[in-house]
Amino acid sequence: MDLFLQQTVNAISLGGTYALLALGLAVVFSIMGLINFAHGELMTIAGYVLMFCGLAGMPFVLSILLAVSASVVAAVLMERIAFRPVRNASGATLLVTSFAVSMVLQVLFQNLISVRSQPVLLPQILSESVRIGGFVIGVNKILAIVATVVMLIFLDWFMKRQKAGIAMRAAAEDFAVARLMGIRANTVIAGAFALSGLLAGVAAVLWVSQRASVDPLMGFMPVLKAFIAAILGGLGSLRGAVAGGFLLGFIEIYLAAFLPPEWQEFRDPIGLALVVAVLLIRPNGLIPAPALKAQKV
Amino acid sequence: MAPLLQATGLEVHYGPVEAVRGVDFEIGEGEIVVFLGANGAGKSSTLNALVGLVPVQAGTVQFADSDITKARAETLTPAGLTLVPEGRRVFGTLSVAENLLMGAYGIRDKAQVAAAWDRVYTLFPILHERRGQFAGTLSGGQQQMLAIGRALMSNPKLLLLDEPSLGLAPKIVEQVFDLIVTLRDQGVTLGVVEQNAMQSLAIADRGYIFAGGRIVGSGSAQDLGESSLLSGAYLDA
Ligand SMILES: Nc1ncnc2c1ncn2[C@@H]1O[C@H](COP(=O)(O)OP(=O)(O)OP(=O)(O)O)[C@@H](O)[C@H]1O
Ligand SMILES: [Mg+2]
Repeated sequence: MDLFLQQTVNAISLGGTYALLALGLAVVFSIMGLINFAHGELMTIAGYVLMFCGLAGMPFVLSILLAVSASVVAAVLMERIAFRPVRNASGATLLVTSFAVSMVLQVLFQNLISVRSQPVLLPQILSESVRIGGFVIGVNKILAIVATVVMLIFLDWFMKRQKAGIAMRAAAEDFAVARLMGIRANTVIAGAFALSGLLAGVAAVLWVSQRASVDPLMGFMPVLKAFIAAILGGLGSLRGAVAGGFLLGFIEIYLAAFLPPEWQEFRDPIGLALVVAVLLIRPNGLIPAPALKAQKV
Repeated sequence: MAPLLQATGLEVHYGPVEAVRGVDFEIGEGEIVVFLGANGAGKSSTLNALVGLVPVQAGTVQFADSDITKARAETLTPAGLTLVPEGRRVFGTLSVAENLLMGAYGIRDKAQVAAAWDRVYTLFPILHERRGQFAGTLSGGQQQMLAIGRALMSNPKLLLLDEPSLGLAPKIVEQVFDLIVTLRDQGVTLGVVEQNAMQSLAIADRGYIFAGGRIVGSGSAQDLGESSLLSGAYLDA
């Protein structure tokens, strides 16, 4: 039982990180029909900022602020430089552009920083753990869960209570009519990227807190997983992204914990098979996006 | 006095498709002007071009003494020109109140927006009753009210309506036409695309008849109602 609870905490923590990343992908996709594979590089940028701040001996809270800000700024610049010129192009063009951005950034990290994984100095407290009732939880896991919950509440508030958030939902549903209301295309799209950068930055802090290292390809795997989570949840659906992220986290952690040792080798294929099984039952994902009118800018 | 809106030599193309081939028309302050014509005649393309949703290929559009030919859609609603698009296009995943809030998105004057809420909820008590409900769950008639209410939130000088009676029961259609007259009495100028030719001419001041991307007839509502052009315009398409 203890082991089960322990693994559940791990699953919530990992699933939460996937949920934040999947949300970032979903926000951008719902607005402009782009699956941004360079989302992972936003994480990596935030990771490197954490590394440099650690080397400079900055307080961790300040490092986090800088890392997340860097990711937001990078996301907005990415849109301005790479995606705005191809905004009205086909989905395939957008996808290829995002791959190109991703690779350019990876090569830059490799050449300007290092090909190898770099250690990130973290405060001691993150590697400690606390006893709650009968079981022990790492401080980093608790922080990850708290940060995820805070971000989800913030996002929900923003999308429902803030005029800018409501405008994003409106633009996601019908861009042409949103423009007719006076909602500026550039503002909404830049806002969506800023939001995705914020989510990627927070996810990066959580990711690095569990691993204490950063490398040029750091963002690739988690964002691939987040992409799977977003599809599992229903591509373009924000609630779906959260549901998909958590479900994927649970699948991965439980398989790693409870699959018999001789099966562990097949853990990833089994996990993906479960994802495919869910999609066979619910082809549009757990919580599908409302039928997109696919009205482009 | 110059008309509130004047289009000259307006052309709209979609790639090789010439949807609107040089039309001239005007809408004077306080008028109800109807645009009639068969399916595919270019009526929606014309309205969409006026509000900047599709680019103007050639010609000019003047609104309230400024040239808006190249204006972006985002800037026209705050300037007093807005459109209720064909098929209503309410934001189905937003609540009724959120839809209305979006209608006032570009308006900075808080007092004006507060007055607009009052006006819309007075005109459409049902929207107030259903303000928390997702717009997608409203009936077709209620959605049309919401689409018009949303447009009124920006307090437009000129309101363009693209087939506001489309797909509505005869009783609701009557309500929509009554509403158009009410709005005109409140000082709104209206340009209305309609399939219900006779019913809309009954409330209009003037009309234009579209066929094949051109205007093939125009005149006072009464003259058009009696003319043989009308049946021709609907049959030729
Ligand atoms: N987005 C588009 N791309 C290509 N062609 C278009 C597009 N929109 C309209 N058209 C074409 O332009 C012509 C005029 O269409 P438009 O929608 O303006 O007509 P309409 O008079 O509003 O017709 P209806 O009464 O059916 O609404 C038609 O031939 C139509 O097929
Ligand atoms: Mg039309």
